[in-house]
This record gives sequence, C-alpha cells and structure tokens, in this order.
Amino acid sequence: MADFETPELKEYPVIPHLQEGVMAHSKPFVAKEEFQESLGFPGELVDNWEQVALDKMQELTGKYRGFQVFLDSCVKCGACTDKCHYYLGTSDPKNMPVARQDLLRKVYRRNFTFAGKYFPKLVGAVDLTKEVLDDWYSYFHQCSQCRRCSVYCPYGIDTAEISMAAREIMDCVGVGQKYCNEIIGKVYKIGNNLGLPQPALVDTLEGLEEEVEEDIGVKVRFPVDEKGAEILVVTPSADFFAEPHVDGLIGYAKVFHEAGISWTLSSYASEAANFGMFIGSYENMRKVSLRIREAALDLGVKRIVMGECGHAWRVAYSFLNTLAGPFDFLDPNYPVPQHILEFTHDLIQRGALTMDKSANDDMVLTYHDSCNVARASRMGSKPGGQFTIPRDVIRASCNHFYDMPQDTIHEATYCCGGGGGLLTDDLMELRVKGALPRMEALKQVVEEHGVTHMAAICAICKSQFSKVLPYYGFTMDSIVSVHQLVSNAIVVGSKQ
Amino acid sequence: MPFLTVVYALLFYLATALLVGGLAYKIRQYAKTPAPLKIPTTPAPVTRSGVVLRMFRELAFFESLFKSNKWIWVFGYLFHFGMLLVLARHLRYFTNPVWTWVDLIQPFGLYAAFAMAAGLAGLWARRFLVDRVRYISALSDHLMLALLLGIALTGLAMDYLTHTDIVALKAFFLGLMYFNWQPIPEDPVLLLHLALVATLMIIFPISKLLHAPGIFFSPTRNQVDNPREQRHLAAWAAKLENR
Ligand code: HEM
Ligand code: SF4
Ligand code: SF4
Repeated sequence: MADFETPELKEYPVIPHLQEGVMAHSKPFVAKEEFQESLGFPGELVDNWEQVALDKMQELTGKYRGFQVFLDSCVKCGACTDKCHYYLGTSDPKNMPVARQDLLRKVYRRNFTFAGKYFPKLVGAVDLTKEVLDDWYSYFHQCSQCRRCSVYCPYGIDTAEISMAAREIMDCVGVGQKYCNEIIGKVYKIGNNLGLPQPALVDTLEGLEEEVEEDIGVKVRFPVDEKGAEILVVTPSADFFAEPHVDGLIGYAKVFHEAGISWTLSSYASEAANFGMFIGSYENMRKVSLRIREAALDLGVKRIVMGECGHAWRVAYSFLNTLAGPFDFLDPNYPVPQHILEFTHDLIQRGALTMDKSANDDMVLTYHDSCNVARASRMGSKPGGQFTIPRDVIRASCNHFYDMPQDTIHEATYCCGGGGGLLTDDLMELRVKGALPRMEALKQVVEEHGVTHMAAICAICKSQFSKVLPYYGFTMDSIVSVHQLVSNAIVVGSKQ
Repeated sequence: MPFLTVVYALLFYLATALLVGGLAYKIRQYAKTPAPLKIPTTPAPVTRSGVVLRMFRELAFFESLFKSNKWIWVFGYLFHFGMLLVLARHLRYFTNPVWTWVDLIQPFGLYAAFAMAAGLAGLWARRFLVDRVRYISALSDHLMLALLLGIALTGLAMDYLTHTDIVALKAFFLGLMYFNWQPIPEDPVLLLHLALVATLMIIFPISKLLHAPGIFFSPTRNQVDNPREQRHLAAWAAKLENR
C-alpha cells in the first residue's frame, strides 16, 4: 500500500519513546512561482531570505500579542509533550508541541532576546540557517493547528499560532506550500477549493435534485445564486460531490425544505473553507472571507448559514465578523453566521421536524469532534454547545449512539490527522500516522459497543478518514456526515 | 561602611531596578501589542467575569496543568505555593512593625520551604528521568532549577544549621529601603542566599520566568468568547479596510 508502516493499534494508548529524526523526510511539495505570486508572495527563495524572515518575525511579534507572549512564556514543563497526535503517531520528538515551537523560538531568542544574543548555548538559541529553514518547512507542516496542546499548556500556549506564523514567514521568503497556496489561488479565480466553475456547480445541483426526487418522490430544491432568498448557505465544496459529504448537503436541503425557508448557495462564495488561516495570512484570510460578505450583499439574503466544516467554522464563527463585518445588513435576530447544526437543532427542539430514527438502524454510531469546532469555536449560546448540539442532532436521528473514551472527545478530541492544510497526498505517511490516536479510540468503541460508523462535521475529517480508515482495517465508508444521518431520518413532506 | 555591605546594597538596588524596569517594559509590550483575532481555547467563558474566574482557576489551581499531567502538577504546585508562602513569610524583614498576618503564617512558612524544595527536586528529576522532558531541556532550564533550589536550601540551612543574625539582617534591608544603610551580617550562607536571590531578580525579566506576567496576557485564556456578538478589530487590521 505504501512505503511506510501503519502503526499498530494497541489495546491501551501508550506514549512512545523518542525516535529522533524519523519524520525529518516528511515535507509537502513546495508551491510553484505562479501560485506564490497570486497570493502576493515571492516566487522562490529570495536572496537575503534570512533578513526578510527575521524582519517578518519581528513584525509578527508586534502584530500578534499571542505570538509574542507564547514565545516568551514557555517554561519547558513538558505538559504538552504527549498531547500531539503527530508525536503519538510518529515518535519524532520534533512533533512534541514544545519542541515544534522551539524550532522557531530558538531563532527568536538568538535574534531578539538578551540571553540568546549573548549566551546562545545556554538557552539553546541558534542562528537562522538553511538547515533550520528546512526543519521549519518539514515540521511546521506536521502540525494540523488542532490546538490540542493549547488546552493542556498551563499558559494556553497554542502551537497552532506558532505554526501559522512560521508558515507566514516561509511564504514571505518564497517557500510556500503547494497544496494550500494553489487552493487559495483557485478560490480567488473560480470561487472554491476544488476549482468547480459555476456551470458545473449548477449541473451538479440539478443532478442532486433529480436524484433526491427519484429517491423519495418529493422535489427538494438545491438553489444557487437565487436573489432574494432568505438564507445564504456557504459550505465546503467537497459537499458538492464527494462521498460522504454530498449526503450531508442533501440533508441540509431536506431540512430547509421542511422548514419552508428559502435558501441559496452562491457560485461566487462556493467555498466555506478558508485556507488563509492555515498559512497564517490575515490578508489572504480576509480576502477569502470578503467573498461571503459580497455574496450576501449581492443576493440580498437575511441570514448566513455555514455547512459542515471544522476549520471553516472556526474562521466563520470566530473571525468572520472581524474580517468581513459588520453584518448589520442581515437580520439581527440570528447570529451571524449560524452553523447548519444550530439551525437543524433548533428545528428539532421546536418539534418542527419529523424524524424516523429507525432509518439509521443499520448503523451503530460514534461521533468525532472536529478539532477546530471543539477548541476554537462554539455553537449555540452556552460554552460547550459545540459538543452537545451535534450529539443531540445525532441522537435525534438514530437509535444507537456511543461516545468514544472521554480523553479523546470534546475539548480533548484528537485531530483526524489531516487538518491544517495537510490533506494532501504528498503527506500520506504523516496523515496515516497522525490518525493513530483517533483510530485507537474508534477501535475501543467498535469492540465494546459494536460501533459501525463514525459521524463527523468537517470536510477535512471526512476526506481524511475515507482515506486512512482502510490502513487500520476499517472500511472507508464507515465515516458519515451528521446531516447524512439527518437526511436518512427526516420524513420529508410530513408537515405539509 | 564595610565593603560587603556596600557591594550588597548596590547589588540589591541594581537587582530591584532591573526587575522592576524589565518587568514594566515587558508588561507594557504585552499590553500594547494587539490581539487581532479572537482565539480563546474553547469552551471559553462568554462573559468578562467568566474570564476572570477562568484566570483565577489557572492561577490558584493550575487548572490546565491539572488536566494534563498530575506529576508536574503536584511538583509545580508544591514549588509555587511553597514559594509564595515563603515569600510572604519574608515580609517580616521588610515591615516594621510586622503585619499581623505575616506573623500568623510564620510557622507554616517553614513547612512551605520544604514543600518548595521538594517540588523543585521533583521537577528537576523529571528533566533527567522522562525522555521527552530531557529532550526539551536546555542548560538554562537546569540552571534555573539549580538556582531556585540553591535559594531554598541555603534558606533552610540558616533555619536549621547556622543561625544568622536576623535582627541585623532586618536592619540592613530596612536601611536599604529608607536610604539609611546598616551593616550586613557577614555570614557566608546568608551572603550566598542573598546573592542567589539577586541573581534571580536580575534574570527574571529576561528569562522564561516571564510566564508569570505572560499568563495574564495569553489570548487563549483571557479572551471572552463572543466574536459573533461583538466585532473585534485591531487597529492595524482596521487600516486594511480603508485601503
Ligand atoms: C503568576 C504567577 C505564576 C504562575 C501562575 C506560575 C505558574 C507556573 C506553572 C503552571 C508552571 C509549570 C509547572 C511547573 O513546572 O511548576 C511554572 C513553572 C515554573 N515557574 Fe512559575 N508561575 C508563577 C510565578 C513564578 C515565579 C514568581 C517564579 C520564580 C521566582 C516561577 C518559577 C517557575 C519555574 C522556575 C518554573 C519551571 C519549573 C521547571 O523547570 O519545571 N514562577 N509556573
Ligand atoms: S496544534 Fe495540534 S498538531 Fe499542532 S502541535 Fe499542537 S497538538 Fe500537535
Ligand atoms: S505545556 Fe506550555 S509551558 Fe509547558 S512545555 Fe508545553 S508549551 Fe511550554
């Protein structure tokens, strides 16, 4: 299957001993000149790159308090060392969160702190060399920016923030990552990550309409670019055709149909994901976000609802108002934006949907909390709504649900292994190994409760699991969308 | 004035100036640097008072550390709260008359010094015994523990082995505070203890001890989770909007 070994699933999770350098070879393809330049970055390594990088580092410490405080505050207590799925899956010490931060911190210390300038050996400070840059490229692309380490650090030091800054610095000296930067370019040019142009989108949605009508005998609409609709739905483009994502999209459509509320997709903002975050670029993140604002204005909608996607929800929930607000032209009675699960949950609570749970009786389910939903956003009005609302909806849609072990869910959830701009074939080994902790947790509920399927609400998680589940002996279709369960259970037409 | 008194007097003035000046500089830097995005680690409080409570739990109980590692938590907690009590106990050298509560905690202060030393020893042991912690430790991380342990042990030595002239010592420090210098007791253990303390004060603002002010400014812990309700915009980010 591949030129690396899939880790063995143990009975109980164990913290591995260090194996230095075992993942040093793992690096994603470098972005070509044209993709760098369309994002405003130099096309190749600039001549005086050391100086450019240091200048950028200094600029970022002045712009981001978190970056500055995190660089200064780590006491090397070691509490985070066993919290990263990439360390647990690879044993490479540079995948321990603090060691990952130190790759950058040691250069910061050397150039910007008294101790590092005059006593570099003492505090482990080093100059920025090509070897250091190579290490950065390798290991800052082995962080999925999942923030698990931040939960456990006594000061909340978030390695994701350091990774983002590091990637921004690397972009600015001309070494960007192909996968992320190419995708952002596609969003600017076409409107979504997959590069699906408007006519193809219309075609796809028409196809879905026919498919659903054939299936349930009711015409459920999948509108696109319809001015005057009540709700603009922005969803990850994977929802338009990949399995199991598309079954989730069908679920949203059925929910809107039942709610009797008009909605529309936008071909201009046909992407919920915002890869600007992965590369730590405020400006690119803002530019991608503004497309949603423009689409909402252009279509004259009153509300914005986001589809199932983890990092997209982080950007939408936590940053959209900042990046593309204020949204005072929308209906103030609803949060901007809303998550599709908040929307569906609300309808279920009000008894507005008829759910036939037995429609999902062929599955025994568990639920994977996506990292950026769990630790970087919220749903509903109470802290922790991001855990209860999806589970409430799942429980309302099926009869058999079991959670994975406590230390692998909610805020302690493990990343799928493919987040943060790492969902690319050139990082397959990392992705498989990084999935280990989640696979171990899954195995436990499979054995204890006969779980057959795992539900998720993130396009990256779904794609990643479809790909890596088989490496661990599960079938690729054991990952499902939450709204796929809703779609199966919802009785369409019952309220008319 | 005896030579050593002059040296130690100047040393403590210098150390205090560097500690206060350095910390003021860093705190000002943290306070002035914007946090352009809402990045609290969620679930996070949705109100300001909720954030105050979260921060209090971090400070008083090391909540996040408790979640992550019980060994580090036990040793870290013994060390920090031992040190806090010891420090409070030391106030008797700087106050005249001694505040009542400082008097009341004197007996506990002694146990606290043992707790502090035990905590430090445990933390240091981890740096050798746990391969992950060994890997991330620089020389400075060991020296920091050595310094603190040195302070604790020389302090304990004065309580149990050699007895220092406390009255003269108090006169020395009060003299420093009121610019009316008095001779320092020339006991070698005391002189070592004080030299280590001054070193600690000097390196405080240029070392990882910045975690103490840092925690208050950590955006993942001090931000309110209300990005949808309230628009959060940094000044430099606002400039992008007018381009
Ligand atoms: C706001 C006050 C403070 C808080 C909340 C705080 C919290 C912490 C925490 C949670 C740790 C990690 C666990 C551990 O290793 O103990 C730590 C480590 C440490 N703290 Fe503090 N601390 C504070 C003030 C101080 C002060 C004033 C000092 C020194 C004079 C200090 C010295 C240290 C040292 C040396 C370590 C590293 C221990 C090691 O090497 O493992 N802390 N602190
Ligand atoms: S953010 Fe996630 S992937 Fe990155 S170092 Fe922390 S735990 Fe690992
Ligand atoms: S838990 Fe925080 S302070 Fe401790 S080593 Fe990790 S990043 Fe540093």
